[in-house]
Amino acid sequence: MTTTIHSLNPQNHLKRDRERKIVRALTFIFALVSVGTTAGIIYELLKETVLFFQEVSIIEFFTDTRWTPLFASKRFGVLPLVNGTLLVAAGAMLVAVPLGLLAAIFLSEYASERMRKVLKPILEVLAGIPTVVYGYFALLFITPILRDLFPETQIFNAASASIAMGFMILPLMASVSEDALSAVPRSLREASYALGATKFETAVQVVLPAALSGVAAAFILAVSRAIGETMIVAIAAGQQPKLTLNPLQSIETMTAYIVQVSLGDTPHQSIAYKTIFAVGMLLFAMTLVMNIISYFITKRFREKYE
Amino acid sequence: MDNNHNTVLETKNLNIYYGDFLAIKDVNFKVFRHQITAIIGPSGCGKSTLLRSFNRMNELVPSARSEGKILFNGEDIYDPSIDPVEVRRRIGMVFQKPNPFPKSIYENIAWGLKINGFRGSKSELDDLVEQALRGAALWDEVKDKLDQSGLSLSGGQQQRLCIARAIAIKPEVILMDEPASALDPIATLKIEDLMRELKENYTIVIVTHNMQEAARVSDYTAMMMLTGDEERSGTVIEFDQTNVIFTRPKDKRTEDYITGRFG
Ligand SMILES: Nc1ncnc2c1ncn2[C@@H]1O[C@H](COP(=O)(O)OP(=O)(O)OP(=O)(O)O)[C@@H](O)[C@H]1O
Ligand SMILES: [Mg+2]
Repeated sequence: MTTTIHSLNPQNHLKRDRERKIVRALTFIFALVSVGTTAGIIYELLKETVLFFQEVSIIEFFTDTRWTPLFASKRFGVLPLVNGTLLVAAGAMLVAVPLGLLAAIFLSEYASERMRKVLKPILEVLAGIPTVVYGYFALLFITPILRDLFPETQIFNAASASIAMGFMILPLMASVSEDALSAVPRSLREASYALGATKFETAVQVVLPAALSGVAAAFILAVSRAIGETMIVAIAAGQQPKLTLNPLQSIETMTAYIVQVSLGDTPHQSIAYKTIFAVGMLLFAMTLVMNIISYFITKRFREKYE
Repeated sequence: MDNNHNTVLETKNLNIYYGDFLAIKDVNFKVFRHQITAIIGPSGCGKSTLLRSFNRMNELVPSARSEGKILFNGEDIYDPSIDPVEVRRRIGMVFQKPNPFPKSIYENIAWGLKINGFRGSKSELDDLVEQALRGAALWDEVKDKLDQSGLSLSGGQQQRLCIARAIAIKPEVILMDEPASALDPIATLKIEDLMRELKENYTIVIVTHNMQEAARVSDYTAMMMLTGDEERSGTVIEFDQTNVIFTRPKDKRTEDYITGRFG
């Protein structure tokens, strides 16, 4: 047969080989660029952080309860900023987790093929809304409602930022969880139905636990998004580093603080300016840990079904 | 055929469609109480489709639709007033590929009991779990590791766990779709022995590709074939006692199929 002879032509083979080498070299360069950029950022961050800790003790940084680098009497306790970040993130998760899970269960277990085709793109559009819009939504829409309900609410407060952020993260939580639920094999659902389980029992007691590690990965991804989110908190949560658990008060998150200093007129050589690198480094470390945890959870999930 | 009073399941002019495609056509046959009924036939002739219509599993396929009747103890299970969940509770199923829940061995069995309204004490539940595992000839192998994952068992053990899970809720009928096809010969024989024991208390319908298996375990055999225009829809072409089907089949196609496989 002539065709088999053709495909064995060494000329073809050489050409394919050359192509493969070029593609490999190109992709390698791109990979190098992205890894290099990340390394560069970490290097800069680390360098400035080290300089900062030559002037401020690391113990003070992690134990002092006041954060006033921009004032005359400077204190460098990062806890109020961490507190603000975690408070807002926790509130956001309170909104995003239940709603996101319900949406995911609905999409994967209840929605018809046609409904899914409409709803999934809507979720993706929701995920594409610029965060600055959510920020103004919090300040101009959610805060007035909160102030009607609880008159002691401050204009800038953690709660309204939390709620807006919850809605911002919801699509992420929903779509990653939905992927995990959909990946649960059909045979497991059939096993459940065959025992006389209802659709709801099957969804909540069989499919959800089977997808738990995927859902946990979605949760952690969402938390790291919440911790790193900047615009909403810069607009709506205030600029008052405070150790408080009251969400109706004005607070300041790590990200909002970095924005405040970057945009302000703090001299670049001052110790006040260097604080943003230390805070940035801490933020980076927190999200990195989250992402690593999520990586391992996702990996374990894959192993289970493949 | 005699013993009509002992009919558990009966199909009447059953047609099942996937969309516009008529998968099985005009099926009429019966399943007798405390007997093992085998459904045999070439691949794609609708054996699984027929089996899955008995516990209304087929309707989970969005495009599936049926005509005709399936009587369970004389009652039409496709009647609008019948809850499919109740049908599935009374007609259990074991699948081709073992599909234990990713829960502990104990929970695999206890869960079915709980969702079916078990409200007793922990020790009563323990007893029922043990009973089911003994019933599936698995107890001795797993009694020391009930809290391990059901997925940690071997394929044959997993399949017996699935049988235990099915009999725990005491259905009247157990449907089995090639339950041994994923197993080695020894595990297969174990499952066959088990079926003969289960026959005392349950009615079993089994789909199998293995002629010897059908001949070894079943009392009745339904032979399915593709028929009709362009031979696209399956139907039951012959139904009789297994020894009749295997020794003196009336239909030439049955004979060809069986001897083809044997020879
Ligand atoms: N979910 C489905 N959607 C559409 N068509 C289907 C579906 N399931 C089965 N069919 C079709 O119905 C026919 C019968 O399939 P069925 O699985 O019942 O055959 P079978 O006899 O069990 O085959 P096998 O021995 O290979 O398991 C086949 O033509 C198949 O393509
Ligand atoms: Mg089949």
